[in-house]
Amino acid sequence: MNFWSIQLLNGLSLAMVLFLLSAGLSVIFGLMRIINLAHGSFYLIGGYIGLTVIERSGSFWFGLAIAPILVGLLGVILQRLLLRRVQHDELSQVLLSFGVLLVCSDVALTLWGGLPQTLPRPEALDGTIKLGTIVFPMYRMALSMAGIAVAVILWLLLGRTKVGARVRASVDDEEMARGIGINTGAVFAGVFGLGAALAGMAGVLGGAMLGVYPGADFDVILLAFAVVVIGGLGSLRGALVGSLFIGIANTLGNALMPQFALFTVFVPMVAMLAFRPSGFFGRS
Amino acid sequence: MIRAGSQTMRAVGAAIAIALVVIAGVALPPYYEEVLVDGLINAVFAVSLNLLLGYTGLPSLGHAAYFASGAYAAGLVSLHVTHSFWIGALSGTAAGAILGAIFGVVALRTKGAYFLMITLALGQIAWAVAYSWRDVTGGDDGLRGIPAPDIGLSIVHLDGPRLYFVLTLIALVATLAATRLLVGSPFGRTLRGIKDNSVRMGALGYNVWLHRYLAFVMASAGAGFAGVLFVYHKGFVSPDVAHVVTSAQAMLMVILGGAGTLWGPVAGAMTITVLGNFASTYTLHWTLILGLLYIGVVLIAPTGIISVLARPKGSR
Repeated sequence: MNFWSIQLLNGLSLAMVLFLLSAGLSVIFGLMRIINLAHGSFYLIGGYIGLTVIERSGSFWFGLAIAPILVGLLGVILQRLLLRRVQHDELSQVLLSFGVLLVCSDVALTLWGGLPQTLPRPEALDGTIKLGTIVFPMYRMALSMAGIAVAVILWLLLGRTKVGARVRASVDDEEMARGIGINTGAVFAGVFGLGAALAGMAGVLGGAMLGVYPGADFDVILLAFAVVVIGGLGSLRGALVGSLFIGIANTLGNALMPQFALFTVFVPMVAMLAFRPSGFFGRS
Repeated sequence: MIRAGSQTMRAVGAAIAIALVVIAGVALPPYYEEVLVDGLINAVFAVSLNLLLGYTGLPSLGHAAYFASGAYAAGLVSLHVTHSFWIGALSGTAAGAILGAIFGVVALRTKGAYFLMITLALGQIAWAVAYSWRDVTGGDDGLRGIPAPDIGLSIVHLDGPRLYFVLTLIALVATLAATRLLVGSPFGRTLRGIKDNSVRMGALGYNVWLHRYLAFVMASAGAGFAGVLFVYHKGFVSPDVAHVVTSAQAMLMVILGGAGTLWGPVAGAMTITVLGNFASTYTLHWTLILGLLYIGVVLIAPTGIISVLARPKGSR
């Protein structure tokens, strides 16, 4: 009982980091059909910026506020400057964004060094919490709740606001959306920036749990793609379900049969692509 | 007339290129010869990917899987069975082909962006196997201490780098000749037709899936062969070889030189390998340079350096 609850919470907290990471990736793909490998860099750089801000200011919350803003800006610049030029060519997107990922990883290595680092957690959340007979780490608990909160906010933003309606219209039919006066260029840049900011936030929140290190950008982008593929490209709900699946499967895999943990991510991804490429909730 | 002229020019160019490589290989100090051998092996690898990417229009982001399977198979044969180069080469090439035959069935269910992602995921599965199957692959440590191969001719023992250089050069020339024959054959023309317009080729009665599948298996066999050359040259192989970074780099080599051309992947592989070695000697920022190369190729020379350099000003 104890074992399962803890594993479930661990899986849930990993799933929430994955959700923050993949929500943007999924909506960006749905909107612009862009395969952006540099999305992993947003996580890495967000984590490192968060680390520096927290160390300088002494406040976790300050880092959590600043990092997403800066990473979001980086995302907008990347989209306007580079990715816009390869809008309809997947192969060029892959190569270009892979190049950006390498550049970012080298810059991060130069600025922050090669040692794995863990972001300091806010003092209020550093302890444990006792529910009945089971002791849960407070941070993972809070992280899971924060992820759910972000999911609800995003869902309201996309589903219930005028801005969200514009985004959905551009996803459904870009040409028609432009025809009725929606500035799809601004929508693209905005969504890309928001997606990058969320990934940056994932870097701060996840960095306090998993750490930031050279190569984290690769690790998380591969996980995020698995999430997005399993949930369905272009769907927020899919990103949530995919995150829960990968988060929990990967955690249980690591705990129960560590030898096969790596396969819990990529085998379902391949199976989904081969037999149901639109995922659980994607549009075909 | 013009056509015949350009044919001759190309033949002369190829002859000069090979001659230069031979002279470089014989005249250069051992360190540079090592680099050159790395380049030749990467060239075989890139040429095999080009069959898929350049001629069939299938951009695989997991080609390192087949390269690695060839390297591991030859490494295992060398450690446990025999030092014979020929048996090792046969096993490695077969391992690449078999893995390609299995993964190809799965991968070819998808197209476009999904093909990129499924080949990426399949590649990571191969990486995970190499990483997790400790008893056979050595896990994280990989296979170590693979001795120089015995090529079976009693006069030459391939322990010196110079002889291995000759062997890899012959291997590259053979790979190029095979590719040239294949691409020029009716089968190869069908592949190019499928690349340009698969729907029309299907309507004309060609079995599009089967052609793609055969190209996939052949490209995997070629990558496996390159892996064999790699493992005998380095004497070790680790899971890194199967990682997406290796796959992406092969892709860069093909595109940089020129996808769908015979010599493009060779030029791309040589450029990246030599550049990488020099950059790593003089700076810690090879990753940065490599990243900028990826970006630069896409923005400046998407058809490859050869075509950009060779194209007269103002044409097309």
